[in-house]
Amino acid sequence: MKEYFLKLTDKIMAQLKDGEHLKVGFSGEKSQFVRFNNAKVRQTGLVEDLDLSVDFIFNNRIMSCGLTLLGELDSDFDLVMAEINRMRSEISELPEDPFIVYPENKGSSQESHNGTLLPFEKSVDALTPAMQGVDLAGIWASGRIFVGNSNSAGQKHWFATDSFSLDYSLITPDEKMVKATFAGSDWNQSKYEKFMANSIEKLKMMEKSAIKIKPGNYRTFIASAGVRDLLGMFSWNGISEASIQQGQSAFGKMRNEGVKLSPLFSVSENFSHGTIERFNGNGEMAPEKLSLIKNGELETTLVSTRTAKEYNKETNFAGDGEYMRACEMATGKLSQEDELKVLGTGIYLGNLHYLNWSDNTGGRITGMTRYACFWVEDGKIVAPIENMRFDDSIYNIFGDKLEAVGNSLDYHPDVDTYGGRELGGIHCTGVLLKSFALKL
Amino acid sequence: MFDIKNALSKIKVNAEWIGLREVRESTTYHMIRDGKPQANHTGSTHGVMVEVLANGQFGYFGTHNLTDTSIQLAAEKALEQALLASKYAIYKFDQSARPVAKGEYQSPFTMAQNTVSAGEINQLLLKANNVLKVSDKIVSVYANAIITNTDFKFVSSNGSDVRQNFLMTRINYSATAQDSGVTQSRSGGTSGHQIGMEALNEPVILTDCKKIANQAVELLTADECPTDTMDLVMAPDLMMLQIHESIGHALEIDRILGDERNYAGYSFVRMHDFGKLQYGSNLLNITFDPTVSGELASYGFDDGGMKAKKEFIIKDGVLVRGLGGKESQIRSGLPGVANFRSSNWNRSPIDRMANLNLEPGTASFDEIISSVERGVFLETNRSWSIDDYRNKFQFGAEYGKLIENGKITKTVKNPNYRGISNPFWNNLSMVGNTDTFEVHGTPNCGKGEPNQVIRVGHASPVCKFDDIEIFGGA
Repeated sequence: MKEYFLKLTDKIMAQLKDGEHLKVGFSGEKSQFVRFNNAKVRQTGLVEDLDLSVDFIFNNRIMSCGLTLLGELDSDFDLVMAEINRMRSEISELPEDPFIVYPENKGSSQESHNGTLLPFEKSVDALTPAMQGVDLAGIWASGRIFVGNSNSAGQKHWFATDSFSLDYSLITPDEKMVKATFAGSDWNQSKYEKFMANSIEKLKMMEKSAIKIKPGNYRTFIASAGVRDLLGMFSWNGISEASIQQGQSAFGKMRNEGVKLSPLFSVSENFSHGTIERFNGNGEMAPEKLSLIKNGELETTLVSTRTAKEYNKETNFAGDGEYMRACEMATGKLSQEDELKVLGTGIYLGNLHYLNWSDNTGGRITGMTRYACFWVEDGKIVAPIENMRFDDSIYNIFGDKLEAVGNSLDYHPDVDTYGGRELGGIHCTGVLLKSFALKL
Repeated sequence: MFDIKNALSKIKVNAEWIGLREVRESTTYHMIRDGKPQANHTGSTHGVMVEVLANGQFGYFGTHNLTDTSIQLAAEKALEQALLASKYAIYKFDQSARPVAKGEYQSPFTMAQNTVSAGEINQLLLKANNVLKVSDKIVSVYANAIITNTDFKFVSSNGSDVRQNFLMTRINYSATAQDSGVTQSRSGGTSGHQIGMEALNEPVILTDCKKIANQAVELLTADECPTDTMDLVMAPDLMMLQIHESIGHALEIDRILGDERNYAGYSFVRMHDFGKLQYGSNLLNITFDPTVSGELASYGFDDGGMKAKKEFIIKDGVLVRGLGGKESQIRSGLPGVANFRSSNWNRSPIDRMANLNLEPGTASFDEIISSVERGVFLETNRSWSIDDYRNKFQFGAEYGKLIENGKITKTVKNPNYRGISNPFWNNLSMVGNTDTFEVHGTPNCGKGEPNQVIRVGHASPVCKFDDIEIFGGA
């Protein structure tokens, strides 16, 4: 597919006239999806998609378009040129844009990760037997994802990877659940079967009757899957420089009022794991590592080149949305074996659910506990708890209530498939909190 | 030019049923923030979902490549997927899951998309930006216009032939005010309707921009919303979310059947609740109505071929019908509606809400306010979260007014409220009349695995709820 991308974009670039600039994005997938309910197949199918985006710049103005390609060179060239010609005819009507990010050539790149995937015709037979005897709901997604970027300055980037994920929930007869994701690039049947057997074993812990706890502030351990969701909120009116400048960010207090988080908390962007392309939609290459919050202090926000121009900042080549693409949290000292012991008496939260800012600029988040969540006494699990609503501030969770941070990172791949299968994920660990506010 | 009927006629596979669904959609997005253009983008998508039924199992192949060879290959691969999965099928379907549908649907509009240029829209958005900047305390403003045009075609081997065209226009704007460490935002616009360029009504838009920008400034010095258990009066643009999250999703039959448990979750509603559960007070009447002219999720047929029609979901407070398309109706044995819908050509249909409306009652706005001894009147959602059973929710609003002794007394900021769905709806004590009724919608309802985002419509009058837990900000 890389060759097709290069041929098509070269042909398009050759059509540019004086004063015109172009940035082209290319993406697609060849994927299988199998949806499971009650460890049986609910829906199954394949999707092949191929899309192109174009930023057309002329006379200090910019327009953009995106379209589905057919995969036939001459037809696709005609489709794209029809869109470019439409933009040529409309662009002079638009206001000038003082913050256009013009294409540059700072060097091209290519990265391909070829995995060993289950053939599509073998997936259901390979997956389903190991999940028999339990109630499982989930989604299998597998196949190749590719992303390209080129521009009229001659720069070309390419990233492609094979990957699979089985993201699932196991459910007891009285509807308590555990959640797991088996993901990778090289399929290993026996590893999968062991992973599934381990999940089924964990489900047995949920068979005790759930207890109801009262709203209040509890000593709490949040496992890494829950921390992933909290860190995910940083990408929504959080770590973005534009968001801070426009008065929308939860991190405004750190920037403007000198408020700090806990010295135990650090988070950065780290592209060295190779799970997602380093280049952004403008074709700019992000630094391999970028410290965002170090020992509780805001070192830098994510700054796109457009934002840098608008607010006179230095770009760190974030994407236009300024969200984290390769989030990694720093580890602490708490070992997995000691999590319950150090928690003592309190709550162990395996996952969180449906987070939202309840007071965005105040830094307060609400959401639910979900899946493997337990009441713990003297370092021992007593029973699962009924799900509770929390509402607490990041300035508590990652600030003065943060007592300890886990000493090993878990990788949580992004299994979202809105529009298409996502790349990347979050590396993080669990956190022990002196207090966590449960409200309902 | 791709001809879907011709393509269907050329497919040669040994399947019990074959369907082709072609979607061609373009979305044009114009945005001006702080007086400068941010986006002038047209995104389009075009492809075909080939679906086959074999040995009781549906299999699909969504493809961007519309050549005859590609469509034939897609049908073969879809058949292979269906056959391989059929021995593990959760249910063995037959052709009755895809009823024969024939007909057309066209969104209502008076001004076609090509009657307004990109330049004219940018000029309108620039004017909106200027009007939104009512004070030096306004630190950021934006206005955007989003126009979506969708062509949908569905043909099948058992004779379905459906063509639907949707034109949807939205305009949104927002002002953020800041002073002395306090930040407040207000937003407005048309959250989503099927309408043409007549939606870009400059006098109406600019008048509303001025109003909401002044409210953003007003909120800077407003008191924090009090924390108390008191009456809650909700505007239709907030009711939209309440209906969506704590009625709509809870009543999707595929959730109740467990399909969604790994993602958005389950439901507190069970199959035996239909026809019995007192979902809300006897003032609560909820309809599934994809026939409302101009509401965002109106259509003639769902993606499985069911003809769309109005149905009562909750009647006088009692749950009478679920939100399930033909497949869910067959699996559950429950009465459902025509809501088997997909987000695009590359996704398979699942149960979605479409238009879910709260029918108007008899109370005037003044009667509602005068009945409140102590409470708040809230407008415009700004925060939302609900549990995986659609029980424990917490929602926030942009703008609040304190009500004391039957009168609105002052503005309050950062209002939030929380509750549990079933008791909350049973605390519904007054339902506004048609004068308070507004039609809203959102294009951003997420659900399903693989994930899909879809358009839904929600219409509601002003409503009053007794004894709700209400609180302020950080």
